[in-house]
Amino acid sequence: MTTVKRKKTILSHGGDWDFELLQRYDKEISAIAKEYGLDTYPNQIEVIASEQMLDAYASVGLPISYSHWSYGKEFIQNEEAYRRGMRGLAYELVINSDPCIAYLMEDNSLPMQALVIAHACYGHNSFFKGNYLFKQWTSADAIVDYMVFARKYIFDCEQRYGEQRVEETIDACHALMDHGVDRFHRPSPLSAEDELQRQHEREEHAWTQYDDIWRTLPQKTVDKAGAKKKKRTFPPEPQENLLYFVEKYSPTLEPWQREIVRIVRKLAQYFYPQGLTKVMNEGWATFWHYTLLNTMYDRGLVDDGFMFEILQSHTNVVMQPGFDHPGYSGINPYALGFAMMRDIRRICEEPDDEDRAWFPDIVDKDWREVLDFAMRNYKDESFIAQYLSPKLIREFHLFAIADKHKEDHLTVEAIHNEAGYREVRRLLSKQYNRDVLIPDIQILRYEHMGDRSLVLRYNQLRERPLTDDAKEVLKHLSRLWGFTVTMEVFEEGRGVVDKVEVSPA
Amino acid sequence: MSMIIDRRLNDRNKNATNRQRFIKRYKEQLRRSVADIVADRSITDMSRGGEVGIPVKDISEPRFRIGRGGDREMVHPGNKEFNTGDMIAKPKSGGGGGSGSGGEGQGEDGQDNFMFTLSKEEFMNLFFDDLELPRLARTVLGDSQQFTYRRAGYTPSGVPANLSVPRSVKNAMARRIALTAPLKRELEELKTSGADVAEIDALEKRIARIPFLDEYDLRFRHRVKEPKPISRAVMFCLMDVSASMSEKKKDLAKRFYTLLYLFLSRKYEKVELVFIRHTSNAEEVDEHAFFHDPQTGGTVVMSALDLMIEIQRERYSPNEWNIYAAQVSDGDAFGSDPQRSAMRLSKDILPWCKYFAYVEVPDSPSTITPLAAAYSQIRNETFAMSTVMDRSDVYPVLRELFHKESA
Repeated sequence: MTTVKRKKTILSHGGDWDFELLQRYDKEISAIAKEYGLDTYPNQIEVIASEQMLDAYASVGLPISYSHWSYGKEFIQNEEAYRRGMRGLAYELVINSDPCIAYLMEDNSLPMQALVIAHACYGHNSFFKGNYLFKQWTSADAIVDYMVFARKYIFDCEQRYGEQRVEETIDACHALMDHGVDRFHRPSPLSAEDELQRQHEREEHAWTQYDDIWRTLPQKTVDKAGAKKKKRTFPPEPQENLLYFVEKYSPTLEPWQREIVRIVRKLAQYFYPQGLTKVMNEGWATFWHYTLLNTMYDRGLVDDGFMFEILQSHTNVVMQPGFDHPGYSGINPYALGFAMMRDIRRICEEPDDEDRAWFPDIVDKDWREVLDFAMRNYKDESFIAQYLSPKLIREFHLFAIADKHKEDHLTVEAIHNEAGYREVRRLLSKQYNRDVLIPDIQILRYEHMGDRSLVLRYNQLRERPLTDDAKEVLKHLSRLWGFTVTMEVFEEGRGVVDKVEVSPA
Repeated sequence: MSMIIDRRLNDRNKNATNRQRFIKRYKEQLRRSVADIVADRSITDMSRGGEVGIPVKDISEPRFRIGRGGDREMVHPGNKEFNTGDMIAKPKSGGGGGSGSGGEGQGEDGQDNFMFTLSKEEFMNLFFDDLELPRLARTVLGDSQQFTYRRAGYTPSGVPANLSVPRSVKNAMARRIALTAPLKRELEELKTSGADVAEIDALEKRIARIPFLDEYDLRFRHRVKEPKPISRAVMFCLMDVSASMSEKKKDLAKRFYTLLYLFLSRKYEKVELVFIRHTSNAEEVDEHAFFHDPQTGGTVVMSALDLMIEIQRERYSPNEWNIYAAQVSDGDAFGSDPQRSAMRLSKDILPWCKYFAYVEVPDSPSTITPLAAAYSQIRNETFAMSTVMDRSDVYPVLRELFHKESA
């Protein structure tokens, strides 16, 4: 801790909190956050009981969602784990909305509440507001309203068409949820009211335009050669947004089913940036709770006991067990993200020769500007590729392993040495590429003039197969589509290596 | 400025619907679990929740995922001794190193069953579903305590339907008298003293302003909930345990006894169970032996009835106990035994027994067994008998009883 200026008085002692104290802490934290230049949505802090936290978990963190058995499963799972003491509850839950909703659990002590306020209400909040992915892909001001609309709409559908049919449709959509995202163009902003309006218009339009007489018109007979020339494949380009394609072109879906597909698609779209920025988002929030609370301590606003509790829980959060540790389950995004954020600050403030060689652009710059720029313009993949320093690779003892299915052993590709830094960094960055986690599956052909079957293509990379679940997902898809669905497994250089065909039951 | 909102008083059970949906979806699997629990739980212990399991693969939600195999690289932390180019034996599948990056390795390993705890209501519902119990009977059993309403005077607040008009009017009258009396006296004095007309007028107006009926005159009939009078009951469980009674038949019997027990334990504060098993002679045993000890030998029904009478005389006076009995048998009886048993039953038992239910679990539904033939002669409304081939047949035997009691 640097020069301690204890000019202000300590806000409180001990662990008990009340609403007035929360307000005072929030005020102080907010003031310090402003000094550091954090730009946030207004905060809405909600104090809840632990059962309510379990509830909030189950509906994927949204304060409101439609009813579905899978949320019940999620809820039961969390509840059981919590009751058996296998898992504690997360301290915080924050929703990317405007105002930004954050939950505080009533059982937490005052220092923990302050930690959560700093972490969620100023850390995550500013990330939601600033990061380009969130800006482009989510409408923070509309999500809660939209979910209210979705809940109501799906409830109405259940009343009209039966729980069973609605559930089947949602099941199928959930199976395809990862493939319901527009990755390359910005979706239209959400608005529950417009949505309702549009939904009515779409339905209305379908009804008014329906005329049975068109069906009775004789088909134009075209000579075969001409037909062949005219025949184009549809879609002209492969489509990767499966849910969108289903919504627009499925030959059998009823209007309300299309609407449900749309709702799930919008939900997938909303969560899409979160999956791409886990390390950055958590790292950013952790860095800021650490920095803000330490500043409070330096200014004499909180006492030693407060800081001990904060540091203890902070240390737990950023722990990274080694690969051979029984508790190892991959790289901890909190640990990596926090370490990288701090490292960037260090490079700006106290660079050494190595840093000057690796990061000539950011040494001796104002760390706040550098961090702010990184937060706004990167996702995990590019963030790691850009900012992971050799020093951190050494600290984490990172090493890369190659696993080739034709060999019966693993090979160490690179370790934390001069020759390995770039390779380790490149491979780690690739690990956060979405295509590594979610297979690249696209719609190749829709035989809209033929048997109406759908042909998908899995672009297989380096002979990595899909899990057996794939067939189940295809069944769901063919249920939505109404006709046969085929999936080709295509590998560059080898052509189509496998084919799976599923017909609706 | 942040808004801090206290939401602790909001609804805590937001996920009740989702939980219901989940249970509904996996009813079949859950029923199997519940059946297992029913099999090894004691009758008196039946009405509480229980832990059930569903195979994990049944409840997984499929997604397109990249599986094992193919070529890939992984970056891990915590290197101690490896150097570039080192070769490491591939870990056996399932090891922590194999699952790629940052993912949570959960779900694949660990339990084969998704275990969770059913609440008492959920458990009982599944149990009743199995028996195809009608709604009405469920509410009778489901209420953990029954109450009667008793009048308890009057109260100043209540619903309009309970308004007591005479009481309210009486109050109003008293109030009016009390409030106007001093004013009237004053008025009288003014009039006799010949005071100003305006003053008299004002006073008269004031008297007129006193309302005819005011809010605090209202009285409502008050009713209080009171638990039903406590009493005690004994339930005799009689079962033929000769070799022809298979496990499946015993399972049916157990469900039958359980249902009767549940019914009685709702109705009476204390229910005692007496288990009498018989082959060619009868003995009183504990519950475990009753359901699980295999016995061999012939069948003499009479012996069980005699033992029941003996025990009743010794311990359960009809003046102090409500006596119920349930008998299960496959109906095989020989010689004069069935006739004599029917006689003994109608003459010596039914007079002091509140209800006697006989359930037959024959090998085939069409044959009329000797015992059923003899019992069917009994004409007494406290006696009920039925043939049960399947779980859903169990409830109708007790239908009369439930009907009577819930009416």
